[in-house]
This record gives sequence, structure tokens and C-alpha cells, in this order.
Amino acid sequence: MSLFEEMQQAIIDGKAPVVKELTQKALSEGIKPADIFPKAIVPAMDEVGRRMRDCEFFIPEVLIAARAARAATDILRPLLVGDAAARPAGTVVCCTVKGDLHDIGKNIVAMMLESAGFRIIDLGADVSAEKIVDAVRAHDANLVAMSALLTTTMVNMKSVIEALAAAGLREKVKVMVGGAPVTESWARSIGADGYGKDAPAAVDLARSLAAA
Amino acid sequence: MKRLFEELLAAAPVLTDGAWGTEMQARGLQAGDCPDEWNLSHPERVEQVARAYVEAGSRIILTNTFGANRIMLARHNLAGKAQGINRAGVEISRRAAVGCARVFASMGPCGKLLFAEEVSAEEVSQAFEEQARALADAGADAIVIETMSDPAEAKLAVAAAAATGLPVVACMTFDSGREHDRTMMGTTPEEAAGVLTAAGADVVGANCGQGAEGYIAICKRLRAVTDLPLWMKPNAGLPELLDGRLHYSETPQSFASQAKALVAAGASFIGGCCGTSPEFIRELAACL
Repeated sequence: MSLFEEMQQAIIDGKAPVVKELTQKALSEGIKPADIFPKAIVPAMDEVGRRMRDCEFFIPEVLIAARAARAATDILRPLLVGDAAARPAGTVVCCTVKGDLHDIGKNIVAMMLESAGFRIIDLGADVSAEKIVDAVRAHDANLVAMSALLTTTMVNMKSVIEALAAAGLREKVKVMVGGAPVTESWARSIGADGYGKDAPAAVDLARSLAAA
Repeated sequence: MKRLFEELLAAAPVLTDGAWGTEMQARGLQAGDCPDEWNLSHPERVEQVARAYVEAGSRIILTNTFGANRIMLARHNLAGKAQGINRAGVEISRRAAVGCARVFASMGPCGKLLFAEEVSAEEVSQAFEEQARALADAGADAIVIETMSDPAEAKLAVAAAAATGLPVVACMTFDSGREHDRTMMGTTPEEAAGVLTAAGADVVGANCGQGAEGYIAICKRLRAVTDLPLWMKPNAGLPELLDGRLHYSETPQSFASQAKALVAAGASFIGGCCGTSPEFIRELAACL
């Protein structure tokens, strides 16, 4: 097994200490930090996403794998500052919308996006439209990812999209939405750019929106 | 404790209640409000909900305390009011139930993930112990642990409830996996029955997550692995959005006919979760 394959396996198995050790080993062997993302972390988390979609993995396995991936990204991020080859896949402002305190789904999506190479600006739960607009501006984000668990709060997603438009930012950012009551048709009806039915779908969606 | 169940089960199936959140929204609860806090600020409206279920024929009603553990309440800066909210919740349901129904006090999840270390087992235990003690001190007849998806958290909740000496009903929510027969954390009905029984539950079951039709298979699987009475509170089918509003696929009539199948599959306690209303309970009372 190559070092990259070993790292992938350790991430999938959720072994954070092993991932940390292998990351340091890779660096000591002269492997470029920017290479470790596409060759180890991203394919491992894609496999985790596949297993989740196929119901082989459930939330605990996914979170433990994402945490193992973070053991690598924590080491690599500081080394990549200013490295043009290692630009993040995109900057995502993510949150649970105003009036809604449910953040488990949002946290899982944020961790999966982070290990797919996105820079995450996590605003937490119960976040107002103004705060989202401010964060998009301050961090020069190109994606907004919103979650809602309640049918009563999902309407606030629409207000966020309107606030982004009013601030002149709607052309600059793509908006993706998700959460238990959210559907594809709802996403379309409020003018979002996409809907992710689960965390792996959110990663696929973020990639296609960032590339568009 | 044994006597309570003997008395109730002598006339099984025992009708429980339906959803409270939507009934409270119909009475003015706003998105983002803490429903449990209404026990202090709007007790008369909460009592209307409890009374509506008693009048519809519920022999067991729950309490408006699903989210009243201090970890969940902290999101609304109400952690310090945990005991008062729980006490008031039981008192409200007891007023509505007097002479007609039993009060089974509701305890839901803490909203944070144990295995992600968002919260420690000790904090979760303390929060559940505080809540269970307040519910017991206020005179609840039993405690119902609801909507659990993580067996480790469910275990802590059941243990806290059992320590009060009250009978304990423990339910998990099966909404994941290809066959919708796993909890969000991957737990199967068989695993759930094992964990909940070992933790000290007197009744086990399932609530929320899906409609009655899907819970028939879950009920049969639970029946096959435990001798404990079974508790079932499914949703009113699948939610659909029409014009930005949520509608559930089942009517009181179709729900009641599926509930009969649940009883045939071994359920002793029957009620509803999201999307159900006093109308559903009235129909169940007429059919069962």
C-alpha cells in the first residue's frame, strides 16, 4: 500500500492519530502539502460519502472519518498559506437560518465540505440575513450553504436570498440549501442554486456550483 | 409501577396522544420560540392542548417538556429554569388529565452529539437526572424517553428516568437506512431493544421519523426480540410542501386503519407524532 492509500484507509477508518502520523511522515519524505489533499484526503472523503449514500456508513462513522481528515488538514493548512497551487475549492459561508437552533446536519455538511478542500466560515445556528450578507462580503465567499430543520424556519432561507440580492451580492455567490423539510422544488421556488439531500450530495453540489 | 401497567394494559391497546408542537403553533407559538417555556408564560394555552387530547380519548397524555433538559434550554438561555419548566409541564398535564388519563412525562434528546464530544456523558447524565427528578417530584405517573437516535444518549436518559423509581417508556426514531429501519446513528430495532431494556426501560418502542405503515415492520422486529410492552407513535405519513406549507399524507381515517395493523403487530400503546392532532386520536378511539 502506498503512503497515500494508507492515509486514505486511516481516514475512512476514522483513525485520527494514524492520519496525523502519516501526514507528518509524508511531509518528512518531501511530499508537497498541496499534493496530500487531492491524493489522500479528498478521495478518502469521497469514499466516506459513497458509503453514507449507500447506507454502509451512518452519522457516527462519517463524523469520526471527518475528524480523522481534520487531523491532516490541521497540519497542512498553515503550510499552505500563500501557496497559489493550494487555493481552496471555494469559500463557503454556512449556517442554520434565523429562528432555528438545529445544527447537527449543518455541522456534518461543514465538516464534509472542509475535508473536500473548501474554506468554511461557519456562522453557527439562528443566523440573521444581515450576518450572512456581512460574512459573504468580509470573507469574499463564493458559496452560501443554509440549513433548516423546521418548516417554520425554512421560509427564512428566502429572506436571505433576497437580502443577498438587495446587497448586490447575488451574482457573486451561489446559494445551496438543505435540511429535513427542504426539497428540490422548494429550493427552486425560493431561487436557490441547488439543494443537497444529504452531506455527500452537498459536497457534490458545492463542487459543481463552485466550478460553474 | 407494575400495578400502573397492569391496570392500563388490562384494556389494551392503550391510546396515547398526538403532536403538541403544531397544536401550540395553532395557538400562537412562533418559529424560534422555546415551546417548553410556554409552561411558564402561557400555561393556559398548553393546558388547552393537553385537554384537547384528553377529550379526544387519550388514556395517556404526555407533557410539554420534550426539550426541557438544561442543555437544550441553554440554546434559549433558559438552563436555569429547567426545574420550573418541567414542574409546570407536569402540573399542566395533570390538571387536564385529572380522573380521565395518566400523565407520562416527555424527555427528548439533548441536541448535541456525544460521540462528537460536543458534550460529555457526565453533562448529559446530569441534565437528564435533573429533568427526570423534577418530573417525578411534580407527580408524573411515568416518564417517556422519545425521539432518541443515539443509543449511548438513550441509555443515559433511561438510566436517569429509572433512578426516579417511575416506570420508563423508551423510544427511538427509525428514519434512516435503505429500509428506513435504522436510526440516524445506524441503530437497528434489535439493537435498540437490547440497549433500552438493559438500561432499565419497562416499555420500548418507536416514535416520529416515518408514518405508521413503515413502523409495522419495526414493531414486528421489536416484538420478536423483547417481551416488554411496545409503544408506537408514528407520524401522519410523509410531509409534503404545498404552497410553502407542510401537509402530511395521511388522514385520521387512513392513520387509524394503519394503527390497527400496528396493534396486530404487537403494539400495546398507540398514538401519533408529527402531523397528528386530536382529530387523529378521536378517530383512533373510535376504531380501536
